Amino acid sequence: MITNFFEGIGAYAMLMSKVFRRPDRWIIFYRALLQEIRLLGLDSIGIVAVLSVFMGAVVTIQTALNLSDPLIPAYYIAIATRESITLEFSPTVVSLILAGKVGSNIASSLGTMRVSEQIDALEVMGVNSANFLILPKIVAQLLFNPILIILSIALGLWGGYMAGGALGLISFTDTLIGYRMEFMPFYTFYALIKTVAYAFIIGSISAYCGYTVKGGAVEVGVASTNAVVRSCLAIILANYVLTDLILNA
Amino acid sequence: MFGHHFSELCVDRFNLERMIQVKGIHKQFGENRVLKGVDVDFIPGKTNLIIGRSGSGKTVFLKTILGLYDPDQGSIHYGDEVLGEMTKERRMLLRQELGMVFQGGALFDSMTVAANIRFPLEMFSNMTEHQKDERVSFVMDRVRLQGSGDMFPAEISGGMQKRVSIARAISMNPKYLFCDEPNSGLDPETAIVIDQLIQELTHEFNMTTIVNTHDMNSVLEIGDHVVFMKDGYKVWEGTNNEVLGSTNADVEEYVFKSKLFKQVRVALRK
Repeated sequence: MITNFFEGIGAYAMLMSKVFRRPDRWIIFYRALLQEIRLLGLDSIGIVAVLSVFMGAVVTIQTALNLSDPLIPAYYIAIATRESITLEFSPTVVSLILAGKVGSNIASSLGTMRVSEQIDALEVMGVNSANFLILPKIVAQLLFNPILIILSIALGLWGGYMAGGALGLISFTDTLIGYRMEFMPFYTFYALIKTVAYAFIIGSISAYCGYTVKGGAVEVGVASTNAVVRSCLAIILANYVLTDLILNA
Repeated sequence: MFGHHFSELCVDRFNLERMIQVKGIHKQFGENRVLKGVDVDFIPGKTNLIIGRSGSGKTVFLKTILGLYDPDQGSIHYGDEVLGEMTKERRMLLRQELGMVFQGGALFDSMTVAANIRFPLEMFSNMTEHQKDERVSFVMDRVRLQGSGDMFPAEISGGMQKRVSIARAISMNPKYLFCDEPNSGLDPETAIVIDQLIQELTHEFNMTTIVNTHDMNSVLEIGDHVVFMKDGYKVWEGTNNEVLGSTNADVEEYVFKSKLFKQVRVALRK
């Protein structure tokens, strides 16, 4: 098992060395990039929006229930909600959801191309198939996931604002005061650093799982599951390492 | 082993630049030895067929010649160059001189028929858009696919998919054409059309074509040079005219397995 793990790491590193090369034709790369941004990014806006609004609402409700003390100012609820969403919920939870949605998409599409010999066809033509197929997917996520996370933070805060006010847990005015109080722009920067790291993890691990499929439809399904599980584990591990390195340094 | 006609083909049509020579190829996966020292000279400008039962090593042999698998021993020569000794850049250039028709077509399912055929031109040629349009139109006409350019692979029949695959393979005017089971899954009539198309294109563009098949109709129809493989060995080679008269026991057993060919043998002996 340990041998397999290290063999896998080696194969992953070798694949990435094939991926990060200069594209054969830039114009074709840009076209593929725009297509991937639409498929992997724009098509994820809906789920990210719904998830973020309700996540913000739940965080506000739970924080309000835990801070229901007359000695604690109400705007503290909003401060805690803001920090929770910015530091953890939006970058990490949304990335875990994207690992499921985008990761399985990448692994299954590449896996299907592998078993139907489309990747072999590219190789026979002299195309660096890893670079041609995987690089646009990774770059699309590196570019678009930060936008999704910024959107997620904004909608999460809006969800908290609406839920807190509508349920009478915190007034709209206190929420706005709390959201603005002692705001540290670095925390948003930290969230974006994590997002970029997670985007790379999702894109590269899912692509590795799909690109190296051997067999048929069953193996494509297994690869898709592996892509999600491995991406999620890697995100959780990276979350710990990055938090320690950036916030605890 | 080789008949008079086969020798004549080698001498008359010899063209070193387009010749593929395979020397002592061995290939194994884990403990499974698939190729056990295969030597073949494929004739330039002709249709070369590799035949044999399922599991005889045909597909691995073809993919090794193409460079999709690296041989464990032996060498593959394209003209006077050895595949294994080529630089990465030269190997990439060589691949642009190869056309491949895969068993399942291997068409890019997110692209239309025309986009599939145009793809190699977009990637590797310096043609203008107008020249690319003309080339795609010419190739589509040549494989009789007029009017299908805007359709997707999922919307066309198996025979049409094979023709699209052939069109894509020849769009860059390759020196070498490889076909892996081009007739699999096709009805006999369409299979003959595909065979004839491969034969016509081979002669028209003077390509060295290697076809992997187990279809005896193809062997008799287009087999300028036939290589018979069994258990990872080459056990016989000759022409389509020689295959029915071969005295090799393995070839006889393979060729005359069906009732139809048994009757053909009886008729031939009369």
